[in-house]
Formats: sequence, structure tokens, C-alpha cells
Amino acid sequence: MNVDWTSFWPRIVEATGQTITMVIATLIFGSILGIIMGLLLFVTRQNNILENKFVFNLLNLIINIIRPVPFIIFLVAISQLTRLVVGTTIGTAAAIFPMTIVASFTIARVVENNLVSIDPGVIEAAQAMGASPMRIIFTVLIPEALGPLVLGLTFVTVTLIDFSAVAGTVGGGGLGHIAMTYGYQRFDASVMIVTVLILIVLVQLAQWLGNTVSRKIMRR
Amino acid sequence: MIEFKQVSKTFRLGKREVHAVKDVSLTVEQGDIYGIIGFSGAGKSTLLRLVNLLERPSEGSIEIQGVNVTSLSAKELRKQRRNIGMIFQNFNLFNSRTVAGNIAYPLKLAGTPRHEINKRVEELLRFVGLADKAKDYPDQLSGGQKQRVGIARALATNPDILICDEATSALDPDTTADVLRLLKQVNREFGITILLITHEMEVIQSVCTKVAVMENGEVIESGGVFEVFTDPQHGTTRRFIRSVQQDLPSPNVLAEWRESGGGKLYRLQFKGPVANEPVLSTVTAKHGITFNIVYGSVRELEERLFGNLIVSFLGAPAAVQNAIKEIATLTDIGEVQEIER
Repeated sequence: MNVDWTSFWPRIVEATGQTITMVIATLIFGSILGIIMGLLLFVTRQNNILENKFVFNLLNLIINIIRPVPFIIFLVAISQLTRLVVGTTIGTAAAIFPMTIVASFTIARVVENNLVSIDPGVIEAAQAMGASPMRIIFTVLIPEALGPLVLGLTFVTVTLIDFSAVAGTVGGGGLGHIAMTYGYQRFDASVMIVTVLILIVLVQLAQWLGNTVSRKIMRR
Repeated sequence: MIEFKQVSKTFRLGKREVHAVKDVSLTVEQGDIYGIIGFSGAGKSTLLRLVNLLERPSEGSIEIQGVNVTSLSAKELRKQRRNIGMIFQNFNLFNSRTVAGNIAYPLKLAGTPRHEINKRVEELLRFVGLADKAKDYPDQLSGGQKQRVGIARALATNPDILICDEATSALDPDTTADVLRLLKQVNREFGITILLITHEMEVIQSVCTKVAVMENGEVIESGGVFEVFTDPQHGTTRRFIRSVQQDLPSPNVLAEWRESGGGKLYRLQFKGPVANEPVLSTVTAKHGITFNIVYGSVRELEERLFGNLIVSFLGAPAAVQNAIKEIATLTDIGEVQEIER
């Protein structure tokens, strides 16, 4: 049984909008939380500017607990918490919550990895000039790591497009939902092809944008 | 000016303790270019970082202009650090900032108004000869240019002290000479006291006024560069000096000399004004003997001459002995032993 494309097309457009909303909202919230956690992880490391064993070990532990859990399981596992925070477990808003949590921990690691690759000598130079730890975070760590960080966030964005499709299958809406209900359960190959093509285009767009911005920052 | 008082620094590596600096007492006077030399692992880098407390001493104190820096609060310390410029072996420039942005950074930290920052940056760029590179990024510069930016950045806040961590070790000989000339100029024009560490005796020889030799965390010898170079007390010091001035022919040449029946060899050293006088020719002429210079050099240290000659005397043994006695009253002379260590 095939869909009637003239009436179905608006649903595709709407679903694409939902997917983009989920990804962008998650990226914004996840980046805020993730960058804060990544910075904390980095500066509280041993011999770093705000060394703090307790904070470092705690954050490290939480991240290591959450990250290995497959997203689809995590999504279901925290549904009670999602209901508590968002009020519902169905729909785009409900998908954004678990996506943000997972994204922020992933971003925290990405940020940490990028910061670790900064030459410690540069941080030492800033300290020698009398920069406070906060000053170093905002005027040295972030600007020096920004180029690779944008690439890292681009990578996360592509993963988020993937996550949004997963969330879609369990009631999150978006292209994943369409693909599952029409493409998979009703065996409509044309819907499947269209959604996959749109997802590919979205990924390409995100990657292109990320590459362009990071190249500009890194002047390469 | 900078006073290390019985300073020790111990690192803990797991259960092992590493004594990087052991009971060092050292005074750097205002206007000095003080060099600390040592092989890698001697503790000189740690010692240097104690000056601006990038490392905290385990024992002892460091006083800068009479202020014990170890007792400063975090805020006071940050202010104090603006008075101590620092340059590094790997330059440590901010890659995300332009040359001008790098130099402006310490001024921004100090809360300098924008128009003053611009003026100062321009001034410094001209001083280090990079006026046309203001908008370049560090990765577009050569090593020597990067270090010039490093120096300009370190001087931005008009510090009294400049500390240099192997500042020329990553540079080729020509560029090293350029950077050393610039450091000398910094010292002369602005009266900035310089404390540098290096493993190259050439650096000490060409710019320093005072030197301390470090080994295993301890200062084993220190003093004026001229005194230490012309009269080293310690084996390690002699090794460093030999790295820049070979003061004896190689063992092969010496052996050949002896095999071919060459006579006894004497070492004459002329320090300071006596190097300008024709001691050797006057005395030998007086005693009716002649001399043969087998090997030798005259160098300039701290703008004083230092001559080192290996000679043999030809003539009646008694006359040679008398001549040597007379030379000994005028300058240092001694027989060259088989193997000098």
C-alpha cells in the first residue's frame, strides 16, 4: 500500500522540521552542558590549573557510566525521569531531554580531548603573565581549542541526527518515525528512500557547515 | 634583587621522591644577565620556575626586591608576575591570536586602556623588528621571529625581570646570535635584570655577566663569567668550558708532538689587561731564548680579553727556567701535564 505523495509531502516536511528541531535544540543545550563539563574535567585534572581530584573523579565516573549505554536503551531507561521533567514521554520535546543528556556527556569528552591537545606551555605562559584560572579558561583554553572543537561538535551533530531517528521510532516524531511507520511497517519503499535521502542531505549539510566554520577558525 | 635562600624543591613521583633543587642560595643583582647552566635534569628549569612560582619551593624562600614571593596571596602573586616577563624554548605563543594579539594579551590582563595597548604593541613590534608582522599569526613566522614575539610579549608590561627558559635552544646558531643580541639590548636599554637557563656554554659566554653551574639540583659553582671561565673549580664547569673553547691540542696532536721530540709544553694564561702586553717576547728576548707557540687562543669575555697559549721554549735549560720564573710573576704559567682533566 503506497502513500499518496501530494497529501503525504507536507508530513515529510513537518517531520524534517521536527528532526532539525530535535538536533539543533539538543546541540544547543548539550553544548552548553557539555562544554562546561569538558572544561571542568580538563581544569580539575592532576597538575592542572584547578586540580581537584574529587570533582574530576566524580565527573569521569558519571560520564563513563552513561556513555557506554546504547541510546535506545538509555531512552527507555530514563523515561520516568523524562516524564518528570518534560511532562510526557511522547513527542519532539520529550526526545530532546534524553538526547541532551547523552549529547552533553559525549560533548564533554570531545571538549576534554581537544583541550588536552593544547600545548601545556601555552597555559604556563598565560599563568606566568598573571592570568587567573577563569581568565585562562575564557581567553586561552576556549580560543586555542575552538577550531578542533567545531569539528568535534560537527561529529556530534551527525550522531544526533542518528539519535533523532532512534528517538523517532519510540514516539519522538521526526523522520525516524515516518521511516518506521510507513517505510518499515507498511513496506513503502518510496517513503524509506525519501527519508534516507533527506537524512543524508542533512548530514552532508552539517558536515559542510562544520568544516567551513572550523577551517575559517583554524585559517586553513 | 632576586634572592634564593636555601631553596629546595622535591617532587613526588608515586612513592619516589625527586630532589629537583637542593638547598640553593643565589643572589641575582639588579642589571645582571645571570646564566644558570647545567645538563638536562640538573634542576635548572625547576629553579627558574621558582622565581614566578610556577613551581612552589618545598623549603626555603625566594625574595624579589625584598618581598618574599612565597607569602603572597594568589591575587598579589598574579600582580607580581606582571613584573616578571618570561620567555620559553618553544615560544608558547597563542596560535589563535595574531602577533599583535599575543603582545597585547598581558596588557589586557593588566587592564591597560585600549589606545595605550595599541601604542605599546606598536612600540614593542618596532623594538623587536617585526613592525610589518602585526597581523600575522604565529604559524606564519620563523623560529627566530616567534622568539622575538615572545620577547615583545614578555616586555609588554614593563617588567623589572626577564626569565628565559632555554630561549635559544630551539634556534639555529645565526638566529641564536640574533636573539642573544636582542636580550643584551633589553638589558642595556631598559635595565631589565635577566635570569636565563641554558645547556649551551656559548650563550653564557656571549651574553652573561654572572654564571651558576648546576648539577644534580645543586649549584656547584657560581660567580662572574670571567672568573669562572678563567679559573673553573669544578670538573663539570671545565667540561662546559671545553665545549666552547678547546684550550689544549687534541691528545693525538700532543702525542705526535712528544714522539717527534718536542720539548716540554707550558700553558700561559693572560687575563684582562696583561693580554695586551708582549710578555712572552720581552721576557724570552731578555733571557736569550726563543719560543714556539704550539696552540692557543685569545677570547673576549665580559668585554675583557682572555688568552690561553700552549708554548715550548728553546734555549739553555737554565735560561728557560729563569724565563719561566719571570713570566710567572707577570701572568699564570704552568707545565702541561700528560693528560689534563
